[in-house]
Amino acid sequence: MIAGIDIGSRSIELVCLEDGHITLTRRLPTTFDPRSQLLKLIDGLQLDAIAATGYGRTLASQVLSDSGERVVETLTEIKAYGLGVSALVPEARTVVDIGGQDTKAILLNEKGRVLKFEMNDRCAAGTGKFLEHVANVFQIAIDEFGQYALQGTEELTINSMCTVFAETEATSLMAQGHSPHNIALGLHASIVKRTVNMIQRVGMKAPLVFAGGVANNPCIVALLAKALGEQPVIPDNPDMVGAYGATLHSASQGI
Amino acid sequence: MGEASYREMWEKLDLDLSAHDALLEVLGKFYGDIYMSQQGRLQGMEYLDFVLSEVHGLRIKELQDAKAEGRKIVGTFCVFVPEELTLAAEAVHVGLCSGADAGTEQAEKLVPRNTCALIKSFIGFKLAKLCPYTESCDLIVGETTCDGKKKAYEAFAEHAPMYVMEVPQQKRDADRALFKAEVLRYKDEMEKLTGKTITAETLKKSIKTVNDRRRVLQRLSKLRSANPAPISGRDALLINQVGFYDDPIRFTGAINALCDQIEQRIAAGEGVAPANTPRLLLAGCPMAVPNWKLPYVVESAGAVIVGEESCIGERNTRDLVDESGETLDDMIDAIVDRYMRIDCACFTPNEERTDNVVSMAKAQHADGVIQYSLMFCQPYEHESIKVGKTLESEEIPALSISTDYSMEDVEQLKTRVEAFVEMLK
Ligand code: SF4
Ligand code: SF4
Repeated sequence: MIAGIDIGSRSIELVCLEDGHITLTRRLPTTFDPRSQLLKLIDGLQLDAIAATGYGRTLASQVLSDSGERVVETLTEIKAYGLGVSALVPEARTVVDIGGQDTKAILLNEKGRVLKFEMNDRCAAGTGKFLEHVANVFQIAIDEFGQYALQGTEELTINSMCTVFAETEATSLMAQGHSPHNIALGLHASIVKRTVNMIQRVGMKAPLVFAGGVANNPCIVALLAKALGEQPVIPDNPDMVGAYGATLHSASQGI
Repeated sequence: MGEASYREMWEKLDLDLSAHDALLEVLGKFYGDIYMSQQGRLQGMEYLDFVLSEVHGLRIKELQDAKAEGRKIVGTFCVFVPEELTLAAEAVHVGLCSGADAGTEQAEKLVPRNTCALIKSFIGFKLAKLCPYTESCDLIVGETTCDGKKKAYEAFAEHAPMYVMEVPQQKRDADRALFKAEVLRYKDEMEKLTGKTITAETLKKSIKTVNDRRRVLQRLSKLRSANPAPISGRDALLINQVGFYDDPIRFTGAINALCDQIEQRIAAGEGVAPANTPRLLLAGCPMAVPNWKLPYVVESAGAVIVGEESCIGERNTRDLVDESGETLDDMIDAIVDRYMRIDCACFTPNEERTDNVVSMAKAQHADGVIQYSLMFCQPYEHESIKVGKTLESEEIPALSISTDYSMEDVEQLKTRVEAFVEMLK
């Protein structure tokens, strides 16, 4: 059995492959103790090879090889998403992934190779963390926040991209009597605006695949479709794409 | 020479000793992690290791000895300051590094926050009393290559003996005439500072000295085009960095010896990395000591750097001063011609630089180019867009990075650089 692990800032995903088929997926929150979460995730499994991606890839590789696992290859999220997406949607030419703390736009060639990519630097403006933070302020579960924002009827403009200042802005809009649904919609729109910029910077080619955890948010998906003038393709379990890509990488390295 | 006498020397230079100790400790650790951990280094690098370990010790002692003999120390921040004239007036010419995040908060009292890290660093080093080179200088020469520096020198002049020379921003005849006037003004200033007259004879000799150093660095650069790469980019960068403050004649000798070793390596088909390792060219802003962040990230990502299109690299060594002049005036003209060929991003238009990036990428057999600029550096951040387009049309993969001396973006940098390297494999 071959495994791929995507260790992100928010969650860790595991995908296992046997004879070319996905036989197992698992997922745990990263927490402040990624080391034990990681070990919990592979507990009881007999793995022949592992590849790790995500911002914790180096840590994963250390922890796993310390625990006696077969050598752990690492690859970046960019490559992992490229591999995962082109296996799931062979005709895909652009990939966007809004992750916990990074957003990436990736341009692929016909063979699924990465041609170009863009990624935000330094701060987590416009990423999954941003959404999580504002959902918290609204006291709404993150999984329901998109549905909540979709009930907005007017897209308010939120100017600040910084998580902290956007919150201040949202609070003052509330004080001005705007509906919380509209404010939530505005917050979603601000993320989409930033993401679309990035997609355009890599020179988007259709079809576009939207992967990563935030692809589960219906409001982001709807706004993205509106802004780009076409519906992004969303794979089943978009949050597993990185781990799946890592698995494929591991498989291609041979055991 | 022991540690104790260095302390006495540092004390005399009025350094903040405890802050300085802390700096040396960080530097030492940094150096160990980034340099000493490399495998398969050349023996000749021991010279560099030694020079760097004595960067605040022996070399400063030499500067103090030179001062005791009545020589003057001139510090510069830019390759536009004609070192030939400094040396012809028998002064010592040192590049001031400003490659570390130090004294930033103090610097921000003199310059705005959105100023590049290099400027903040040289001001920070001065205000925090950390740099024995800055403190040893009898004169610090600035230039008008960018607005950030230009304005920063005004503030800096209140803390250090400053002289500013004007560098034009175009390359027409009138600009050449202006620059020639500035070179002559610099000559007068050097004569005034040292009390020595620059003669055709002394200038001829110093032109040769500086050219020789350029020649040996050109030799090194050529050798790096070999596959497998015979020397790491980090080591080559270090050589270029040390070239700014070491004694030029000693340095030239040591690097020539190192190049002999490299030739043997190449003949034996050996390298620092296997033959199919992705080769990258770094292009853009200068990287002063100890700004090793990006080269370290790049080479840890499984690539090897085969050239620096930078002032701490090719821009400083590409052109020689014509050595055929016999009169002082001929030689001054030759100096002006040589310096006016520098393709700093402060010039407009500046097609030469784009052409140079492309031809260097080809000459060094680079698989890709990483454009590096310091955040808030208008000239190079602008050029990275323009140069990026040309590289794209030449089908040379490129990645643009804008960063500073802090470590806060290291994780993102790693991901980007690794993804770029994966793309090339
Ligand atoms: S980049 Fe321009 S300003 Fe900076 S050192 Fe080089 S020539 Fe001087
Ligand atoms: S890095 Fe850019 S902004 Fe900073 S001093 Fe050099 S040219 Fe000026």
